[in-house]
Amino acid sequence: MDFNLIIFTGLAAVMIISALLAVTSSKIMRATTLLLFVLFGTAGLYFILHYTFLGAVQITVYAGGIVVLFIFAILLIGKGSVDVTQTSIRRYFASMAAALIGMVLTIYLIGNTDFAGDKFTGDGVEIKTLGLALMGTEKFNYILPFEVMSILLLACTVGAIMIARKK
Amino acid sequence: MFDFTNITTTIDSYLQSVLPHSLATLVECALIALCVIVAYLVFAIIMIYMERKVCAAFQCRLGPTRVGKWGLLQVFADVFKMLIKEIIEIKNSDKALYNLAPFLVIMSSMITFSCLPFDKGLQVLDFNIGVFFIMAASSFGILGILLGGWSSNNKFSMIGAMRSGGQMISYELSMGLSLLALVVLSGSMQISDIVETQTQGWFIFRGHIPAFIAFIIYLIAGNAETNRAPFDLPEAESELTSGFHTEYSGMGFGFFYVAEFMNLFIIAGIASTIFLGGWAPLYIPGLDRFNEVMAYIPGFVWFLGKTFFIIWLLMWIRWTFPRLRIDQVLVLEWKYLVPIGLLNLLIMTICVVMGWTF
Repeated sequence: MDFNLIIFTGLAAVMIISALLAVTSSKIMRATTLLLFVLFGTAGLYFILHYTFLGAVQITVYAGGIVVLFIFAILLIGKGSVDVTQTSIRRYFASMAAALIGMVLTIYLIGNTDFAGDKFTGDGVEIKTLGLALMGTEKFNYILPFEVMSILLLACTVGAIMIARKK
Repeated sequence: MFDFTNITTTIDSYLQSVLPHSLATLVECALIALCVIVAYLVFAIIMIYMERKVCAAFQCRLGPTRVGKWGLLQVFADVFKMLIKEIIEIKNSDKALYNLAPFLVIMSSMITFSCLPFDKGLQVLDFNIGVFFIMAASSFGILGILLGGWSSNNKFSMIGAMRSGGQMISYELSMGLSLLALVVLSGSMQISDIVETQTQGWFIFRGHIPAFIAFIIYLIAGNAETNRAPFDLPEAESELTSGFHTEYSGMGFGFFYVAEFMNLFIIAGIASTIFLGGWAPLYIPGLDRFNEVMAYIPGFVWFLGKTFFIIWLLMWIRWTFPRLRIDQVLVLEWKYLVPIGLLNLLIMTICVVMGWTF
């Protein structure tokens, strides 16, 4: 059996099991930690595909950023051990609808995507190509989204300072 | 310079000829993991002994002298003591997370450790995004500290974890900025490329003023990242007993302890790689004979020499300065280091674009 396939199977198993446990866990802190394993698994998949940049971004942004933010938020609210299974009927239906929409969308996208399959070379992308594409003004380059993103982040920072000062 | 890729490719081709491809890869993975763990432990032992001796020297003491010659066996005695301690169980706490937390910390530290280039070709992980990967791998160690502090069910541990979180997230920023300035200078993020370029002169000399500012910022931020004095608020013993690892005993505490020392080694190792040329010998343009003599010294001696020099600098700081207050820590980062770091990045870019580097 191919070595990549073994590693992929292992990662996929870890991801699926921890995703299921994260959803079914009644402790919010455990759910967050299990979510972390799902995100690590995703990063592992990117590393298998030789997309090292994407993998490192996945670890920095999700594991080192988002999950830390989640844990901080939970700690600041002080409800780390609260039981999340008790909730109202309206929430049941709302989350069920959200899950259904997500599932339909995923299945639709999987059905309509032309996967590379055997054509995939697995060379990864040169970091220079990525940088030039992010900063370029030509067609299929991303300078405008990049700048819009920076303005969004600036607005977030200003908003956070406004809330924190409480004048 | 001696190239270690010769040895590694010989081992690789031998294993590939004896075993089928996938099994050979698996055996190599296991061998490399074993090497990394052994190197990690050996350096941890050296670091703990060095910390005790350096600390003693700065406080005009002798340090450990009784266990073994010059106290050389002190660390082993410590480890043995830790192993035979009782593992305490904490009431009303999340046991799974409590046991997981030290492993997260040590995992992050080990992955970062395997990115260090000990010599030419003697490096485990060498991606094209090397520097960025180091930042990524070191960024999730904080999760272990937060989870450990929370799952200990102790308000002092909790305060320690929160302090540590705020501090480490903040200082990651200026660490990233100072490394970015050197990436601008080198034009590559791959660690082996960065060191290879520095065989023609270390970056701290070639990048002159902005590189030196980045070096200072990196040392301050690195010291804060490892939670050591003057930034040891997360475990401030006079206020919080010992912060996030108060409730850990035995090897749970041992993992936090070893990871803290090894993070110091890693910070110093990265500093010596990026700023002082890693395994690259001292090179002075024009002095050909001198450079030849310097190139006879093996690369790992250069790397370890520079790394332990920086470790010694950081220990000097550790045992000299008093502890800061948490607001002072955050003010130092957000009002001084980040603006200086951003400005320094700009200066470095201007220098590189105008060709004002050596």
